[in-house]
Amino acid sequence: MKVLVTVKEVAEVDDEFTIDGLDVDESYLEYDLNEWDDYAIEEAVQLSEANDDVEVVTVTVGPERADETIRMALAKGADRALRVWDDAIAGAEFLDPGTKAQLLEAVVEEEDPDLVLTGVQSGDDAFGATGVALAERVGYEWAAVVNDLEHDVEANDSSVRRELEGGVEELTDVEGPAVLTIQTGINEPRYASLRGIRQAQRKPLDVQTLDDLGLEESVLETSVDLTSMYEPESESDAVIWEGSADETAGELASFLRDSGVVEG
Amino acid sequence: MTVLAVTEHRRGELRDPSFELITAGRQLADDLGGELHLAVIGGDVDGYADQLNREGVDAIHTVAEGEEFNHDIYTQAVTAMAEAHEPDAVLMANTVNGLDFAPAVAGQLDVPLVTDAVDFDASGTPEITREQYGGKVETTVDIEADQFALTIRPAEWAKAEGTGDAEVAAFDFDLDESAVRSTVTGFEEVGSGDVDIADADILVSVGRGIEEEDNLPLVEELADALGATLSSSRPIVDNGWLPKNRQVGQSGKVVTPDVYIAIGISGAVQHVAGMKGSDTIVAINTDPNAPIMDIADYAIVDDLFDVVPELIEEFGGEAP
Ligand SMILES: Cc1cc2nc3c(=O)[nH]c(=O)nc-3n(C[C@H](O)[C@H](O)[C@H](O)COP(=O)(O)OP(=O)(O)OC[C@H]3O[C@@H](n4cnc5c(N)ncnc54)[C@H](O)[C@@H]3O)c2cc1C
Repeated sequence: MKVLVTVKEVAEVDDEFTIDGLDVDESYLEYDLNEWDDYAIEEAVQLSEANDDVEVVTVTVGPERADETIRMALAKGADRALRVWDDAIAGAEFLDPGTKAQLLEAVVEEEDPDLVLTGVQSGDDAFGATGVALAERVGYEWAAVVNDLEHDVEANDSSVRRELEGGVEELTDVEGPAVLTIQTGINEPRYASLRGIRQAQRKPLDVQTLDDLGLEESVLETSVDLTSMYEPESESDAVIWEGSADETAGELASFLRDSGVVEG
Repeated sequence: MTVLAVTEHRRGELRDPSFELITAGRQLADDLGGELHLAVIGGDVDGYADQLNREGVDAIHTVAEGEEFNHDIYTQAVTAMAEAHEPDAVLMANTVNGLDFAPAVAGQLDVPLVTDAVDFDASGTPEITREQYGGKVETTVDIEADQFALTIRPAEWAKAEGTGDAEVAAFDFDLDESAVRSTVTGFEEVGSGDVDIADADILVSVGRGIEEEDNLPLVEELADALGATLSSSRPIVDNGWLPKNRQVGQSGKVVTPDVYIAIGISGAVQHVAGMKGSDTIVAINTDPNAPIMDIADYAIVDDLFDVVPELIEEFGGEAP
């Protein structure tokens, strides 16, 4: 059985930053593996450890810089990795979920996985749509926001829990092949061991271009365009207590006493 | 020119976003100059249609197929409805179930999808306002298409009121049973336990800023010194440092204490969903731009490891 895990390198913004055009200025961005994808990788690796002959392949759409993130996934136990990128993709203004789903569709067609795991959302643009959009494109069944998974490798069926709002979970049976979008907390993602990191250097990491995937540049055309980015006007009317830690703590303490919520 | 908004219900009750969808849907329909239609799928559709018949709704299409949300049925029904009525926009809620079927509807209709809108202006080319980087920046995206799909953030629009005179009619379509490949088998409540954080008058709530499980006694000590209850954001629970019944937020508990002290919590939308009704919100955070600052009444922009020990001391406790 083959499990394909989509992974993304996401950008995190420093506390102070400036915006340059349509993105935060590069010098204020730090890159890391998307939190939700970390759980998806762990779920796949656990499946491969619990069953014979489960291959875990990761795929990312991203520039060369993302190799570091992918190596992390390989170090945690993925068998091999694909990275989709070329100049045309680099030049595309905006990769909306529809576009990403088309790129990933080509990978699914090539790899023919039995199960695809994605994160619920990516921490940066938070569309939360790529996994289900991909499922729809490739004709797989799916489940979104999965926080518990039991997978029957023989039948390729899954019993999942979907985490709804307000502490309610839905129990759902899903026929494979399926795409499941994985929620944080489903497992405990492992740290990459030193041995894992060494092994990861020797695992295959293929870069595929649009051409390799049999796609035309026109897949990058989208009717959704990012048109502006700005710092939201602060709605804050918070009273900011200033000073040293003992002064600010003193202010908060007085407030709590004065408002009568705390005695003493 | 129509907008088709897809309502949500669970276990016999319409969910709040259904009524928010009416408000947002009316706004979108006004922008586009057209009608607002609602889709109601599964369960007691006539009963739901009655409740949804509020001011601003022009038509309600019901599909009595299935009891609860099933994305295969929803996707098929909404797609068929959109093909029959050709709405300019299909509007859905950015809820967990919204995430489970909106992308499929957009795919089936081959239209662009933008999720988690916090605002929009569709009087010209539809321009959608969203957030990025955990709410630190806002973006606008334009949609250049005749038809599009959009999900709206819960609780950003008011719930529609008033009584309407919408036309209610059953929508007939042939459900392809063979394409229903997922089955909802039940529901379970999780996260109950010894403590109900929803009962607390004062919550000391801790987030990822605490860094390590070993640092947790620091905030526990503060909670003790204040006679407060300890709660947390999601990562603390995901890490197994606190049980699920302590989690505040969309997938945790909704709390409304007199005072909510958010320590090292950024204020992600799913967290805020659970605590914005607190009387007074105090944030302790090193980041002056953290979204929690937008809803805080009082804030200390400083390192929690400096401030919390001082605070414990103020109340006669001893920092661990
Ligand atoms: C479907 C779905 C449901 C979700 N449900 C929930 C939910 O119910 N509840 C929930 O909380 N989240 C939920 N989330 C997750 C949510 O999106 C955020 O990931 C989460 O709330 C972030 O938690 P945090 O604020 O503790 O961590 P972060 O966002 O990492 O914030 C940590 C904060 O600590 C500050 N900090 C760091 N060090 C210090 C220091 N030394 N002193 C002071 N401040 C410091 C940082 O500046 C930062 O603001 C959900 C997500 C999804 C997709």
